[in-house]
This record gives sequence, structure tokens and C-alpha cells, in this order.
Amino acid sequence: MAEKKEIIPKKHPMPAQEPVERIRNFNEVALGYDEETAVAEAKRCLQCKKEPCRQGCPVEVDIPAFIKLVAERDFAGAIKKIKEKNALPAVCGRVCPQENQCEKYCTLGKKHEPVGIGRLERFCADWELARGVLPQEVAPPTGFKVAVVGSGPAGLTCAADLAKLGHRVTVFEALHVAGGVLMYGIPEFRLPKRVVQAEVENLKKLGVEIITNAVVGKFATVDELMEEEGFDAVFIGTGAGLPYFMNIPGENSCGVYSANEFLTRTNLMKAYLFPEWDTPIKVGRKVAVIGGGNVAMDAARTALRLGAEESWIVYRRSEKELPARHEEVEHAKEEGIKFAFLTNPVRILADENGWVKGMECLRYELGEPDESGRRRPVPIPGSEFVMDVDTVVVAIGQAPNPLVPRTTRGLELGRKGNIVADPQTGATSKPGVFAGGDVVTGAATVILAMGAGRIAARSIHDYLMKKKA
Amino acid sequence: MFKILEKQVFSPIIKQMVIEAPRVARKCQPGQFVILRIHEEGERIPLTIADFDREKGTITIVFQEVGKTTKQLGTLEAGDYIKDFVGPLGTPSHIENFGTVICVGGGVGIAPVFPIARALKEAGNHVISIIGARTRELLFWENRMREVSTELFVTTDDGSYVRKGFVTDVLKEIIDERGKDNINLVLAIGPQPMMRACCNVTKDYGIKTIVSLNALMVDGTGMCGCCRVTVGGQTRFVCVDGPEFDGHQVDFAELARRSATFRAEEQRALERHTCQCGCGGGK
Repeated sequence: MAEKKEIIPKKHPMPAQEPVERIRNFNEVALGYDEETAVAEAKRCLQCKKEPCRQGCPVEVDIPAFIKLVAERDFAGAIKKIKEKNALPAVCGRVCPQENQCEKYCTLGKKHEPVGIGRLERFCADWELARGVLPQEVAPPTGFKVAVVGSGPAGLTCAADLAKLGHRVTVFEALHVAGGVLMYGIPEFRLPKRVVQAEVENLKKLGVEIITNAVVGKFATVDELMEEEGFDAVFIGTGAGLPYFMNIPGENSCGVYSANEFLTRTNLMKAYLFPEWDTPIKVGRKVAVIGGGNVAMDAARTALRLGAEESWIVYRRSEKELPARHEEVEHAKEEGIKFAFLTNPVRILADENGWVKGMECLRYELGEPDESGRRRPVPIPGSEFVMDVDTVVVAIGQAPNPLVPRTTRGLELGRKGNIVADPQTGATSKPGVFAGGDVVTGAATVILAMGAGRIAARSIHDYLMKKKA
Repeated sequence: MFKILEKQVFSPIIKQMVIEAPRVARKCQPGQFVILRIHEEGERIPLTIADFDREKGTITIVFQEVGKTTKQLGTLEAGDYIKDFVGPLGTPSHIENFGTVICVGGGVGIAPVFPIARALKEAGNHVISIIGARTRELLFWENRMREVSTELFVTTDDGSYVRKGFVTDVLKEIIDERGKDNINLVLAIGPQPMMRACCNVTKDYGIKTIVSLNALMVDGTGMCGCCRVTVGGQTRFVCVDGPEFDGHQVDFAELARRSATFRAEEQRALERHTCQCGCGGGK
């Protein structure tokens, strides 16, 4: 007879650096569970028959099974279980919007806080990374060669899956280091770069070749990879690397950055270590970040760590509509990020040397819901005011990077320059060419890109096997 | 890692290197550029491709030492390696038979003009080249430029070689002498003030003028938006839309301001670099 389980209503708290400390460094904010906490949290899982959590995971991790193994202290078994489906658990455990995915459906979450699935995933991944990565099984070579363009979350997942199936995979990366947005976009304090590189090393252990400094569309087109370099299939996962600007006067003033530039200088090029590292960044006293997504939160928190006295999020809707993860918003608030809601800039003011000296904004109110289902922000006439800022970061999103779409023959493109791909298979209009992630969907999340990489890997495998038959 | 196969010192601050980069050499076209990073802590800097050899798989770069990175690059020798070298980036020059084209190269800008002038000549153009530098010591590739030009004019600001004056003086003379209707295109590459001055000359005559812009850049693939420049009232990215633009449409004042964004930091890095080399500390 099973003993009646005592329900702990709340997740075990995540140990974190104190806000006063962390705003002065780039070290990781959330510190991760220790073994005892992880086991205790895993024991909160009801191991219910319906397993609703699984429907919320884009890469189909067997969540109850791995949690059960954690509860039994079989951490090696738990990470193995996760990695059957997820090639980047240390990344996902940190940056997935778990509250909108697995944890959203958790049975326990109906009355109490859901099980901290993301935190447990991170625990398992970190447990393995600390001990050296366990070897994974790779199928015998199939003789097929697949090119993966872009080494972000979509590309890495696709490459890992294909390598495990025995295909010879080469990943082409435009930058000098693999990882894509995980390296240039997401800050060190949220996703340590050593974690990303450990995951990349895992891929290499699976036999994946990674060629950096290789801009597909420039040194070779997708057609040339297939016709001249003998790749049997290509996966395009080049992401959403084309920043939107607001097209308002003064936007090209000095001190106005795209979020991509601001974060790339800081994360990829380690400008926070200038002058030990050579790439500079300049942050003034008062910084305004335009936008309300995770990227905006990252930029605002980064600005603070780079020495800004004040760092503002300027968002044209209200707090309720903020697209950023709740946890990121909370972290930002704890760190002292200020929020100007229902506010949007109309003009950036520059001094005689062309440097930002202020930002003219309008106040907004919310009107009827628009096609996104959110209430449309409507400017209030005559509400102009000037925000006293000297640095502006534009974080209003990115379009798909056009380099590969523009240089590949016969690829059907969507209205926003995105590649049109079947969501069920990742197949594009061009035989043998598959695509997934932000270059298909527009800017989304790491886990959705990984899901797309996984789907594409499966259909690339089917495509190659049919070719063989 | 990318090997430096040859190095030539043109002057204490202008150096040429031949780099082994077969993937870049295979596809590059005149007008394109590369981004390099010397070592792990290094920044990514763009340099225009000065020449290429598809068979040998090499790219030639010519650079002027101005900041920390170019000075450090200048200390490397044949046999040394550069950590990262990516390209070819940017849109190639538009090459066709325009008729008569004036190619102007100022200072280190002579290098990127060279492959474009060669391509224009091969396309059947009458190529009039004007090359100039501050002083004789900073002038290079006179013979190479002569080979790819129908006519070549040389000038130095201080008169230490051939004639005294600016490239714009020669440009104006040639246009006046031949008549503006007999010049179909002007291409000007060099320091920003020089390109701007060339555009001011040709604007009065209504001769289309192409410039190759050197903007601040990080990734070079359109991702960071750092290299944006206003051309004809619209924001364009130098790295993917350029580096060549219609010079009469370029907002040079904005470009100059944006290029100076990190001047204080660049100075700091340079002083620190100088200190480290044991010469007595940034003097």
C-alpha cells in the first residue's frame, strides 16, 4: 500500500546571486539546484498517468521518466533519458520558456506550482557536464553527407540527430564560433558560454564537423554545396539575424544600437572585458531599451552590468502584454531595471557631435485587440515628452537573415523574406533542402527552433533513406 | 587558422600580406571584403580585398596601421597565423563597359581600387587612374596600377613625388580637359574625407560616382546593424548592401560621426598596446 504523498505546494526556490552583487558582474544569475534540492523537487512530481507535461515539450522529452530517475538519485540515467530527445539540455534547462511549455500542463500546477521541470533538466545537464559527458550511441555510417547551415539551436539539434542516425554532418557557421544566438545573443549571466561550448563539443564527439568563418551564400551557395561539394541534403537554420529599426528621425545617431549589435559586442566579443579583449562598447549614464521581449530584458540588464546608472525598458503596451518570460521580468525588476509602459519613441535627439542626448516619446493607451489578440496600443495626441537618455538600444525584433534565402535558386520565400517550409517536415520548395527555426518562423524561442531542427532531421533521414532505396 | 604566406612592408605604417584562404579566394570578386580576427581576444575588423589568386587559394590585403588591431597585425610575419578570416563579404562591384572610367585611389585605398580597375579594363573600359598619398613613402602599387590602367596619374599632398596636390585636383583637371560628357563613371576609394571631396567635385559635373565605404562593423552579414549609413535618405547596411554606394547619395557627415563612435576606446586600446611592447609606455 503506497503511502499518501504529502504535497509541497511551491517549487523549491532557485538559488541565485543577490541582485546587489549580480548587477556588477556577468556571472550566472540562477545558480542551479544541488542534489538534495533536485531530488526533493523531483519527488514533487505526481508521476501521473496522463503525462500532460509531455504535450508541452517541442522536442518530446519523456519528462515523467527522467524526473522519476532524479527522484531515485539515478542522475546518469536521468540525463541519458533527456538526451534521447534533447541535444542541448543545459541550454534548454536555462532559457526555455518552461512556464508556457511543459510546466504549463503539469497536473500539480492546476492547484499548486508546477514541478520545476526546467530546473531539473538543468540540474541533470550540469551534473553530467561536471563529470564529463557520457558517450552516446551513433548508428553505422550511411554514406550520406548533410550540410547544416547555421550553428544555432535549430542547426545544432538537426546536426546531432542526423549524426546519431549515421549521416556525415558538416555544420557551416558564419561567425568564428559555433552556437549562433546562444553565443552572440543570450548574455553570459543567463547562459554561460562554457555551457554552450560544452554542448558543441558533444556534437563533435558524435562526429559532426563544424566549419566556422563560413558564410553560406558567399563562399558557396546552397546549390554549390549540393552540386559541387556533394552534399545529399541541406538544412538551413540561419535564424533571424536582420535587426528591425524603428525608422524614426535620429535613429542613426551615435549611441543608438540594435539589440543585436549591443549583445554581440558584449557576449560574443566580450566587450565587458575591454580593454583585455579588444572590442569596445560604449554605454552612457541613462539607457533606454525599446521593446518588451526577452532580448529587450537581456539588453537592459546588460546595460546595467556595463555601468549604466539607469536602464529603462520602454514598451508601447502595458506590463500585462510584455512578451518576455515572467522570470526574466522579475529578475530585471530585482536588479532595478525601470519600466516605461505605454510609451514609444518618435524621435531621437542628438547633440552637436551626433550623440544621443534624449528621446522624444509619446504616451499610449490600449485600444481594441489587434490580429495578435493583444490590445492595440494607440498614441495619445499631444502627450509628447522627452526622456533624458544618452544611449538607446532598439530591441523590436529581427527579420530572417536574407543571405541564404536570396542566394539559393528555387527557394520559395514568404512575405517577410522567410523561407517557406512545411511545419510537419521542414521541407522547402527545393528538393533536398530543408529549413527550420527563426529563418522560417521569424524570431521565436530556442526550443521552438530546436523542435524544428528535430523535425527536419527526421524528414531528412526519410528523404535520404528513400533516395537509397 | 589562416597562414600568412608573404609579407611586404611598403612603409612603416602600410603593409601587404598574402593570406592562405582557399574558400575565400575561390569565390571573391572585386569590391568585396573580408573580416579578420588576429587572436582569441581580438576584435573583428573588415579589410577590402586587394587581390586574389584562385589557383593558389590566396587573398592579398594591404592595410594601414591606425589602431591596436592593425598595429598588431603589422607585427605578424610570413609563417604566422591569423585566427579567423571570413569572406568574401559584401556585394561585388558592378562591372560592365561603361566607356571611360576614372578610378581614384587615395592612400591605402589604392589597394581595393586595383582589382576593380583591372576588371573594368578587362571589360573594355578606358580606365584613367589617379592615385595619391600624403607623401611619397605612403604611395604603393604604382606599377601594378599602371598595368591595369589605360592612363595613370600620380600625386602627393606634399609634392614629394611626381606632382604636388590632391587627387581631387587631378580629377577636376581631367574632367575639365576631356569634358564631363566624356567621363562615364568615377570610382573613388580612400579615406572618408577624400571620397567626400571627390563626390563634391563630380556632383557639379553630374558624373555618377561610386565610393566604397569603410564603416564600423562587427559580424559583416547584416546581423548587427552597426555599419548602417544613410544613402539617399534611406538606412542601408554597408556590409550587405555595400560596401559600394552612389557617393552623391551618401550622408558622409553621419558616416564620419558614426565612425568616431569608439574613438576614445580605440585610443585607450592603442595606448595600452603601445605600453605593452616595451617601448617606454604609449609615448
